Amino acid sequence: MLADKDRIFTNLYGIHDWRLAGARARGAWDNTKAILDRGPDAIVDEMKKSGLRGRGGAGFPTGLKWSFMPKEVKDRPHYLVVNADESEPGTCKDRDIMRHDPHLLVEGCLVAGFAMRAHAGYIYVRGEFYNEAEHLKIAIQEAYDAGLLGKNACGSGWDFDLYVHRGAGAYICGEETALLESLEGKKGMPRLKPPFPAGAGLYGCPSTVNNVESIAVAPTILRRGAAWFSSFGRPNNAGTKLFCISGHVNKPCNVEEAMSIPLRELIDTHAGGVRGGWDNLLAVIPGGASVPLLPKEICDTVLMDFDALRDQKSGLGTAAVIVMDKSTDIVKAIARLSYFYKHESCGQCTPCREGTGWMWRVMERMVVGDARIEEIDALEDVTKQVEGHTICALGDAAAWPIQGLIRHFRPEMERRIRTRSRQLAAE
Amino acid sequence: MPKLKIDGVEIEVPAGITVLQACEMAGVEIPRFCYHERLSIAGNCRMCLVEQEKAPKPIASCAMPAAEGMVIKTDTPMVKKARNGVMEFLLINHPLDCPICDQGGECDLQDQAMAFGFDRSRYHENKRAVPDKELGPLVKTSMNRCIHCTRCIRFATEVAGVEELGATGRGESMEVTTYVEHALSSELSGNLVDLCPVGALTSKPYAFEARSWELSKTESVDVLDALGANIRVDTRGATVMRVLPRLNDDINEEWIGDKTRHAVDGLRYQRLDRPYVRKAGKLAPATWAEAFTAIASKLEGVDGKKIAAIVGDQCDAEAMVALKDLMAALGSPNVDCRQDGARLEAGVRAGYIFNPGIQGIDQADAILLIGTNPRLESPVLNARIRKRYLTGRCAIASIGSVADLTYPTERLGAGPATLRELADGKLGFSEKLKAAKNPLIIVGMGALSRDDGTAVLALARELAEKANAVREDWNGFAVLHTAAARVGGLDLGLVPGEGGRDVAGILEGAQAKEIEVVYLLAADEIDTQKLGKAFVVYQGHHGDAGAHRADVILPGAAYTEKPGTYVNTEGRVQLGRRANFPPGEAREDWAILRALSERLGKTLPYDTLDQVRSRLVAVSRSFAALDQQVAGNWGTFGKAGPTSDAAFASPITNYYMTCPISRASRTMAECMASRQQLLAAE
Amino acid sequence: MAMITADPKDVPQVASFAFTPEYLEKAKALIAQYPSGRQASAVIGVLDLAQRQQGWLPRVAMDAVAKLLDMAPIRVYEIATFYTMFQLKPKGKYLLQVCTTTPCWLRGSDGVMKACREAADGETFSVQEVECLGGCVNAPVVQINDDFYEDLDEVSMRKLLEAFRRGETPKPGPQIDRQTSAPIGGPTTLKGV
Repeated sequence: MLADKDRIFTNLYGIHDWRLAGARARGAWDNTKAILDRGPDAIVDEMKKSGLRGRGGAGFPTGLKWSFMPKEVKDRPHYLVVNADESEPGTCKDRDIMRHDPHLLVEGCLVAGFAMRAHAGYIYVRGEFYNEAEHLKIAIQEAYDAGLLGKNACGSGWDFDLYVHRGAGAYICGEETALLESLEGKKGMPRLKPPFPAGAGLYGCPSTVNNVESIAVAPTILRRGAAWFSSFGRPNNAGTKLFCISGHVNKPCNVEEAMSIPLRELIDTHAGGVRGGWDNLLAVIPGGASVPLLPKEICDTVLMDFDALRDQKSGLGTAAVIVMDKSTDIVKAIARLSYFYKHESCGQCTPCREGTGWMWRVMERMVVGDARIEEIDALEDVTKQVEGHTICALGDAAAWPIQGLIRHFRPEMERRIRTRSRQLAAE
Repeated sequence: MPKLKIDGVEIEVPAGITVLQACEMAGVEIPRFCYHERLSIAGNCRMCLVEQEKAPKPIASCAMPAAEGMVIKTDTPMVKKARNGVMEFLLINHPLDCPICDQGGECDLQDQAMAFGFDRSRYHENKRAVPDKELGPLVKTSMNRCIHCTRCIRFATEVAGVEELGATGRGESMEVTTYVEHALSSELSGNLVDLCPVGALTSKPYAFEARSWELSKTESVDVLDALGANIRVDTRGATVMRVLPRLNDDINEEWIGDKTRHAVDGLRYQRLDRPYVRKAGKLAPATWAEAFTAIASKLEGVDGKKIAAIVGDQCDAEAMVALKDLMAALGSPNVDCRQDGARLEAGVRAGYIFNPGIQGIDQADAILLIGTNPRLESPVLNARIRKRYLTGRCAIASIGSVADLTYPTERLGAGPATLRELADGKLGFSEKLKAAKNPLIIVGMGALSRDDGTAVLALARELAEKANAVREDWNGFAVLHTAAARVGGLDLGLVPGEGGRDVAGILEGAQAKEIEVVYLLAADEIDTQKLGKAFVVYQGHHGDAGAHRADVILPGAAYTEKPGTYVNTEGRVQLGRRANFPPGEAREDWAILRALSERLGKTLPYDTLDQVRSRLVAVSRSFAALDQQVAGNWGTFGKAGPTSDAAFASPITNYYMTCPISRASRTMAECMASRQQLLAAE
Repeated sequence: MAMITADPKDVPQVASFAFTPEYLEKAKALIAQYPSGRQASAVIGVLDLAQRQQGWLPRVAMDAVAKLLDMAPIRVYEIATFYTMFQLKPKGKYLLQVCTTTPCWLRGSDGVMKACREAADGETFSVQEVECLGGCVNAPVVQINDDFYEDLDEVSMRKLLEAFRRGETPKPGPQIDRQTSAPIGGPTTLKGV
């Protein structure tokens, strides 16, 4: 188990003071100037060395992403944009950062903004997180009042302004370019890429969009060093990570752990184990709703990191572990996710707009077995027609849970269809 | 110039184009719905997916810049699967109502379904039902058919400049709508129907009228404004069923105005289909011979100076030259083609044409509008100015007009005094004009059709010269006409001869009994009350103002019913072609004049259309070059003089009714009513 | 299932809308967050203010927002119908946004929803099924106006509603004995910090 001294989010549960004084007592804002004095390039290098991969779901190396920003500010200003539109089902970690340790994020914004030569940052908070946004606003005001933000932030000579921007209910705004559209006052519809945000992002200016957790861990990494951070987890899967464990466990919770922790250890150590014992486990969705589920036999041994889960045709995603025990109607659980994606599809591109509704409707029939056996193949084919053909990854996200279900629970789907047709024949 | 490989063939393409365009250059057709080369790229239909080597997923070719070394494949299983998949998705919620859909037969979805669709559906759920929307008298909606390509939204927002269409809701509940029901406040709304790749937006006036394959298609030229938009006239039998735009990048790109498209039902109503002669104060049907005899006996012994002719705004050049020759033969110098009294002169061609050409607007970097409302006078030209505005770095100012032109203009002042100040360099905009590389000065009839028009014209010329708008490589002096016949008329010299009278003079003369006979060649825009007791011959196609006043009516042909030459506001000579025949006994106009001349003993020296056209070239060399803009030499025109304080005002206040055809059109009447309603609601 | 759009013909007509001075000031403060000429960025925030003032978003309010931000009204209608937090119809004093996405469903959101539906009278309570609220380790979650109520079941939900009906404002957060997102019975980590 990760030692408490190696935990970054030391007020994860909000037991202590979340305001500036409390945050300072826990080590935040400790000589931030010294970090900035190293210069943008050194900061980006250190972040690259730390092996931090984006905590929003895609796992793109954070330092590398920062390095895509132009090395000079020309006619267009640079922007840092923080993605706090946390909406991936199963995921509720950024919420805890914002409400219980907002200064980690605010300090991270200054450091990241400085490293990418931005004088302004926007934190896009999902609209439902009203109180979390309020905490963040207070933290930002405290930082301004203490000279940590604004003109000559932390005495570094760098000016940096930070704003909170609230959304209004749209999962798709967690997609970085949809977020930018929304931030510009439009519907959250993902943009075509290229151009990528580092070339033309917010208001057409060079921008980088990072997840809350990715930004909030940056100051600690820079203080304690890349080597410290990368000492946790397996190679290419470095660091500590916030895990969210929900569903059929005895004690659902958020917890910071080392990457590559075995799934079973994570659940047993921190979440009080699976309801009814490990053997009562049916399946786990290991990384938020978008990733394919894993049946128990894989869960027995799988490690919680990017590579191990990818090897099992799933993914770490947001590290949101949704546990389902044997009482679960697994088809219905996935059908509910299909409804989620249908509901959250922005409607822009054809495969997602039409495909998510189609998949959900077929899934609803699969729940009760009101289908023909061949329709399982047709459904899988439809998921493949959506996957990889859309503007953004929501199409893939809608397809994968169903693909996972068919991969691991096809017999159950077939059983329902047969039972139902027998019932109908009997009537 | 990036080089890339498309389906194994290497091709070098211009920098900055997309993969889709590169494929087209390589002769590889890429299916698409949302992509339209005159609209911004949406990339939403996903029909144009192609395979790019080393890319994990197929790419949207419409949005991907063509880059050096790309290897593109369009004929692989990955591409086929992508296209078939998208097609299936587009069809699952699309109704199978092709048999009752007006788009049937000319539907992109139908055509592409033949190539990429299945012969049966795997979709066993209910199809989506979407309420239809009310978009006014021209665009009919059937929103179940909408495939959400957003072409209509992009057209309205970008080209038409009316931000009124949008997509509300999201996901499969997304609906294209105005949200609050109202007609679109655009003069270009008919183009939405052309752009819609399916039958979601169809033509309301044309609803259930015909099938595309039943129609004969004739390429022609529009005469409802002076732009000379290239059109296709679709007829069934003797009836014009609809008018569609033809592609011409130099003129109308692929747009036409709503009047051009939808006034054509006016060709069916109030037509003059036989000659009439006024007997005992009442017009009575007559034979051609009787009508000619009535004219001949009236003209008997009348001095040529007491005969006059006024030319209408939609006349073909053939008819005009025949009239000119006939009037000369009758010894009359009293001929005028400027019904509105525009103080334009026939001598210096550069003084009455839109010198830089329509496409010159694209190059302009400062635009001044003098006494014109291009949105009402030529909506397609106006859209071109808007397009220029959207590309940025172009100052636009106006003198006179304060209307919403769909782009912001700086209003400098009301009338000639402002123009004077501008020419004297006293306004800030003078500097902008001078600093501009290609200043464009558009002079409208609102500035010239007034008593001080000659002085205003001279002022405008002075300004153009001072602003260095007239150079070897650029002539930014541009007259925007409202009459399709006007430039042709001026080219042919249909202006008063030595000692002759202009329109105002003719009307004065008629009231003073100094003019005894007035020949109206489809001229309806004059005040016919002022014709006094003159004997009026009206040759034209509609029972409009001129015909009501006439003593003899000679039924002529409307523009779709005759081969005719027209010169647009740029001075470009274009041929209109006959799409249908004139009704009843009506005839081609030059032939009527030729026949009448014989009856009057002044036989005109041409018997065939070719001979008339040779005569055109003999009168004005400008008719020698078809479809090209012939530059005119710069010279002195207009004449300095006193000006009034009156504000410049566009002659057109009601876009929908400007000529006999549009006044007879029921569709135009509906459009007018709908627009008035809209204005009242604001 | 929740409808996103509302046909403007189906909602009560409101004759006019104007921001009160306090809300106008807040709107201007929001606009000031963005570079000049980018005032459209504030549209979500300003619509939210209009909704807070009016209780819901009638068309006249959207028009007022469009005018304030110099946007075409249709662009504002698009926004208001795209984001689910905008209420295009009048709602009750307390809007019960019940999350029923899989993590909440696994832990009994059906019962919570039942309790809410039974209470919904359109005046005191309106109910809306919503997608994942982002409180999954405290499932099931219901958002009541701006606050999250967590770790609910049918019984505790009913109690909560009764308290609201009595005019009380129960304490948001877990409705069982639990420190925010920490495991029930106390954290397994950070015990010494």
